[in-house]
Amino acid sequence: MRPSLTISLAVAALLLAPLSSLADATLRVAAPFEIVSPDPTVSGSIFTRMGVAETLVEVDAEGRLTPGLATAWEVSADGLTWRFAIRDGVAFHDGTPLTAAATAGALEIARAKPGLLDRAPITAIAAGDGAVVVTLSAPFAALPAFLAEYRSQILAPASYGADGAATSVIGTGPYRIETLTPPQSLTATAHAGYWGPAPTIADVAYTAVGRAETRALMAESGDAEFVYALDPATVTRLRGSDEVTVHAAPIPRSLLLKVNAAHPFLDSAEARRALSLAIDRQGLAQAVLRYPEGADQLFPPSVAGWHSDALEPLAHDPDEARRLLAGLGWTPGADGVLERDGRRFELTLTTYPDRPELPLAAAVLEQMFRAVGVALTIDSTNSSEIPARHAAGTLELGLLARNFALVPDPIGTILQDYAPTGDWGAMGWENAAFVDLANRIARGEAGAAARAEAAAILQADLPVIPIAWYQQTLAASNRVAGAAIDPWERSFGLSAIRWAD
Amino acid sequence: MPLLSRALQALAVALLVGVSTFAMMRALPGDAAWRIAAGRYGYDNVDAAAAASVRAELGLDGPALPALLQWLGDLFRLDFGVSLVSGQPVAAELAHQLGASLQLALAAVALSLLIGPPLGVAAGLRPGGALDRALLVAATAFRATPQFLLALVLIVLVSVELGWLPAAGHGAARHVILPSLALALGLAATSARIARDATTEIAATAFWRFAEFKGLSRGQVLWRHGLRNVAVPLLTLLGLQFVTLVEGVVVVETIFGWPGIGHALVHAIFARDVPVVQGAALMLGLGFVAVNAAIDIALRRIDPRGAA
Repeated sequence: MRPSLTISLAVAALLLAPLSSLADATLRVAAPFEIVSPDPTVSGSIFTRMGVAETLVEVDAEGRLTPGLATAWEVSADGLTWRFAIRDGVAFHDGTPLTAAATAGALEIARAKPGLLDRAPITAIAAGDGAVVVTLSAPFAALPAFLAEYRSQILAPASYGADGAATSVIGTGPYRIETLTPPQSLTATAHAGYWGPAPTIADVAYTAVGRAETRALMAESGDAEFVYALDPATVTRLRGSDEVTVHAAPIPRSLLLKVNAAHPFLDSAEARRALSLAIDRQGLAQAVLRYPEGADQLFPPSVAGWHSDALEPLAHDPDEARRLLAGLGWTPGADGVLERDGRRFELTLTTYPDRPELPLAAAVLEQMFRAVGVALTIDSTNSSEIPARHAAGTLELGLLARNFALVPDPIGTILQDYAPTGDWGAMGWENAAFVDLANRIARGEAGAAARAEAAAILQADLPVIPIAWYQQTLAASNRVAGAAIDPWERSFGLSAIRWAD
Repeated sequence: MPLLSRALQALAVALLVGVSTFAMMRALPGDAAWRIAAGRYGYDNVDAAAAASVRAELGLDGPALPALLQWLGDLFRLDFGVSLVSGQPVAAELAHQLGASLQLALAAVALSLLIGPPLGVAAGLRPGGALDRALLVAATAFRATPQFLLALVLIVLVSVELGWLPAAGHGAARHVILPSLALALGLAATSARIARDATTEIAATAFWRFAEFKGLSRGQVLWRHGLRNVAVPLLTLLGLQFVTLVEGVVVVETIFGWPGIGHALVHAIFARDVPVVQGAALMLGLGFVAVNAAIDIALRRIDPRGAA
């Protein structure tokens, strides 16, 4: 293959020579998220991550809510009226000032779209004197957390078209968009009138690159300084590189097994615990996800208040699993698969390949369950089949990944998934005590003790069987310093990054 | 009446592509409303409520036939509709993406013509020589290597090891080189073989020997009598290579993060964005007809013997 290759390389060398090293002063970001549209509900997470748009409430690394575009907030005694004081001296990128009216308008537009704010019991969002006043129909303690989510970002009134869909992104963040080219790229530059500390690196660029292999190669070749979301194999390879530093941080996303608790084989906590005991979580996490360990409870340590070190960890004990199943009347058949009343312990596990690790994890689970006498059939199909089969009552087991903290307070997800059931959570599960606890926590009437109690119910009753906690990964070029992963995945933290000396 | 027959052919292709993409998208497993909602709001935000709102907004529950007839009707008014995911007009999105793909495809064809035929002709003039044998091995290897692998090898070699070109991206001229090279090497492999065979064939003809006999140098013979003959099968091949090119564009654009029509097609299929899938498939189908028509015309100019 010499001649063509030599010639091609020569051609390439000739063509590129005068063009290399374009804009060395630009901090280049590569991530998998495509820019579909300027609208916050659609691609808004990219604009908050890039520091273009901001929210009323911010979140620190520990998950505590901190002031953002709102300097403070308070709730009335009945829990039905919230006041968010708007920060003075903030200007949108088009020069217009941030006002209570503009903020209330942006939030009302967000509330009219499906997704987040329309799920909170909000009756009105209005502009008061230097403050935004949110009126509720029922107490809702997680409101500030909801206002920290990307879909609650505040854009200037001029951003929105007549139908409420944003046509441009005029935010208040440290970076102002210069070019926006869906689906792939945006460039931004420091916003001179930013209210907070000015970013160190003035010019940033974002490129959506769907394939993890390509992103990893961009990190290695120095085509991007900040490469987000790497595949497990790449992480291992990049850790040996002198050019980049790999960061990994646990995020509030869990790999879990959704169980139909109304299924005759799975309707007792003992049966679900037996399945849980059959899983070698550490082995699965190391082999499939290349993480050091699996999950020993549903919520990862980053979900403060819900993760509890006091809970007894979920363990791997196939012998105990067999004992529990024998106690439920199951006896091994000729081929080792358990039988009871003439029925074999056979289940269908539904999963989807959108996350490439899921079918692999399903195959590992099939082996582990077979070892205790449970035969699985894996159906790797469209992800919508899980909620569809949930609705039809035909789902038996579902393997899925669920993010608990799209909003920095997991209560929204918990209400949706476990009080009492949900598309991506419990199925056929009824636990009045849990529902009551969740509702009280949501209204702000119960605190840490109630959360610990609720987490203990999930651990004991296993409406879903936790398997692993996800990690987010980042490859940062050694030419920059200060890059870090936000465990809440709200920001790339670009304004804190500087060129290394 | 070649133009009229080509126009009819284009119409048939449009109908066939439209109906078959429509049928295929309907036949895909899974609930389209969920997929579209995932494309719009992200996987983490998809639930029954989001899917229901998408379903109600787009009327996805309606019967298939009226939806198909509606699309065909719109098509004849040159209205491609709006993307179900981004809400932007499909025609505007496709125009943008088609530009990016054409840039890539034209660069790839140009590169492949610079690499393949000159080597093929040189090899064909000395069949069995060192160059001919080396070219056979190289062409077989490049044709047999999947573009996916070739693209990754090129990135590792040229971007990571040598640091000459960016691994991915779009915008500057240097971004076009690696993806077009990944496409060009496969194309050049075939065109080199065709050029090589055509050259040996021409070099064995009586008129070639006569030209040499009358004292022309080998270069002169090739220039005056050879190249025009070699060009005929090459041009025909170019028309056929359009298919390889389309296939390659889909793969290569995904790897290099190139915002072209192939990349858009892949994403649209995942998100069940039927208008974008139909629009993109239609563009590619009509592109095939247009390229073949252009090549027919060019062939008639080069080799007027066939025109009766």
